[in-house]
Amino acid sequence: MRDVAVVGVGMTKFGEIWEKSFRDLYVEAALAAIDDAGVDRLDSMHIGCMTSGLFVGQEHVGSLMADYLGQKNLAASRVESACASGGLAFRQAFIEVASGMSDIVMAGGVEKMTDIGSDGATYALAAAADQEYEVFHGATFPGLYALMAVAHMEKYGTTREMLSAVSVKNHHNGAMNPFAQYPFEVTKEQVESSVMVASPLRILDCSPITDGGAAVILTTVDIAKKLGKPIIKVIGSGHATDMIALHSRDDITTIKATMVAAEQAFKMAGKTIKDIDFAEVHDCFTIAEIIVMESLGLYEPGKAGEAVLKGETGLEGSFPINTSGGLKSKGHPVGATGVAQMVEVVKQLRGEAENGRQLKNNPKTALTQNMGGSGGSTLVHILEVA
Amino acid sequence: MVGIVGYGAHMPRHRIKVEEIAKVWGADAPSYKKGLMLREKSVPPPDMDTITLSVEAAKNALKRAGNIDPADIGAIYIGSESHPYAVKPSGTVVAEALGATPDIHCADYEFACKAGSEAMFVCLGLVKSGYIKYGLAIGGDTSQGAPSDALEYSAAAGAAAFIMGTDNLIAEIQETHSFMTDTPDFWRREHEFYPQHAGRFTGEPAYFRTTMGAADAILKKSGMKPRDFAYAVFHQPNGKFPMRVGKMLGFTKEQIEPGWLSPTLGNTYSGASPMGLTSTLDIAKPGDMILMVSYGSGAGSDAFIWKVTDRIDEVRDKAVRTRKLLDENLTYVDYGTYAKFRHKILKNE
Repeated sequence: MRDVAVVGVGMTKFGEIWEKSFRDLYVEAALAAIDDAGVDRLDSMHIGCMTSGLFVGQEHVGSLMADYLGQKNLAASRVESACASGGLAFRQAFIEVASGMSDIVMAGGVEKMTDIGSDGATYALAAAADQEYEVFHGATFPGLYALMAVAHMEKYGTTREMLSAVSVKNHHNGAMNPFAQYPFEVTKEQVESSVMVASPLRILDCSPITDGGAAVILTTVDIAKKLGKPIIKVIGSGHATDMIALHSRDDITTIKATMVAAEQAFKMAGKTIKDIDFAEVHDCFTIAEIIVMESLGLYEPGKAGEAVLKGETGLEGSFPINTSGGLKSKGHPVGATGVAQMVEVVKQLRGEAENGRQLKNNPKTALTQNMGGSGGSTLVHILEVA
Repeated sequence: MVGIVGYGAHMPRHRIKVEEIAKVWGADAPSYKKGLMLREKSVPPPDMDTITLSVEAAKNALKRAGNIDPADIGAIYIGSESHPYAVKPSGTVVAEALGATPDIHCADYEFACKAGSEAMFVCLGLVKSGYIKYGLAIGGDTSQGAPSDALEYSAAAGAAAFIMGTDNLIAEIQETHSFMTDTPDFWRREHEFYPQHAGRFTGEPAYFRTTMGAADAILKKSGMKPRDFAYAVFHQPNGKFPMRVGKMLGFTKEQIEPGWLSPTLGNTYSGASPMGLTSTLDIAKPGDMILMVSYGSGAGSDAFIWKVTDRIDEVRDKAVRTRKLLDENLTYVDYGTYAKFRHKILKNE
């Protein structure tokens, strides 16, 4: 395998971007990444997109985006693993460059979620759950994560206050991210008096419906050196699935796919969680961030909530999590999320994070964790400054 | 000079509270009350529709107009999105009831919630041109909101009528401006019971952009600033939007409040900003300047600058004041009664 580096990152503003279409969002992010990398060609492109068919009635995404990016005849594909589609696009691009098959590959992600109403969006997102055994019986993602939250609370004594602390922290970070959908602070009181969605999860525990695109460019370390960009190496990649339906799992207070993907990524990198400086994780709901912290091995089961409360995962904490604002504040255009996580960790590793959210401890090693559905798939990547 | 000779409003006495609707659908009443700034809304009983509301509002306008002969009304235009008939005008019935037939031009208007202000604009133009002596402009609705939809908490009933003319004016028109783009934020197709809407899209790029567009343009045209006005009236699909757009433009709560009926009236669609103007005229003093900006989904706004004349003091109490209709002699209904009144219970016959 060849050494692979990320040399360019770009993303659109996340939000309800009514004036830009599905293709506009992708092309804007892709051009920003190309500009940032300074490359003059692409060999191929992988696009993470969960369900453009249900959101905007558009499939055949690879061809559409290659066309509108002005890359006639480019090898372009759309990859899908629900909300982990972006992370999977990144892994496909990584494998392609590492294998020697291609030299310069774009990993992008995009979702246009606000062309339909919230009922339509809820239905489209629920397509990531088990249609026959979960959705048919009325389950939605807030409902499934609420079940996980209740189980975690009963087993470990996780509290309302701990969930709130995740939302407050991520909004604090997102308030400093010019690309965030909701760049403002929220208080514990606001979180705890916000509208109930699925008990115990309130609206300020939930990531929003978002339009947005993100893209990164991967190449060999040799080419990266010639481009004169900071070399951010991809040193670990893990990918695992788990039973799609929550009720099929042995334990719903952990996410097995994340545990397995993390093990793979750590093994490839020759690292442990102790070697990582900070992470972007998939906080689609506040409880998800807590469970993921434990599944990554960062904290013992049942100990993550307390750590969030103590500020250990804040910008100044011992292990900052979701410096971008996370899915909660930055927004969650499902197919783009895994790639947007890469955009953030690359900015942090380069020392380029905007508006005072740059980590001050000169971080060298970052982890990203992006998952699909209620944990039916996970991508974990480890990046390091060369 | 052209302007308003007489004005009047009408609304049902029945109300339903936000809590009563939320209870049926398992929704969170406090969040609707806070989010939309709505407490209750008017409910039309079975014997009330856009035509009967229009007749009552027009009668009140005639009372304030003084001794004008209904036969001198040269045009009647009713703006509504709940005309009782799909084919056959509402205006014919209303004109007949007022004794304004047969030498009269009549048309029903439709432009979501700004159909009433369209009628006002056209009447002003026809009077100004000399084609007609008086024009009767009405905006009224018994508006529709689908069961459990956010609209169900606001869709209400009410109407306002204005007689436009050239003499004995209550308020002179100083300036108008209309602003319109193709912005599909809210619609109802033929044969559909209830409108559909595009969530928050109905706010920022629709209501706010359009209302601001019309307001900014008319302020520029007139060379006036928010502080030059005694009052401002905006379309009020809920309690929150008119207050927010007013603040964005630089108006104070005190300037907006007299015409801010929606917290307890709901959204009377085509009647909304026209009714707000009636309640503002009810308390206005001679010389006061009033800005009115309507909004209709689709989307457009009509803006008007009115200057109140000395005649307001002698006519305001010749008919019932709008706030009295809003606040007094109310009958609260439960959801079952409301569902029956609004034909939400379908019988298989």
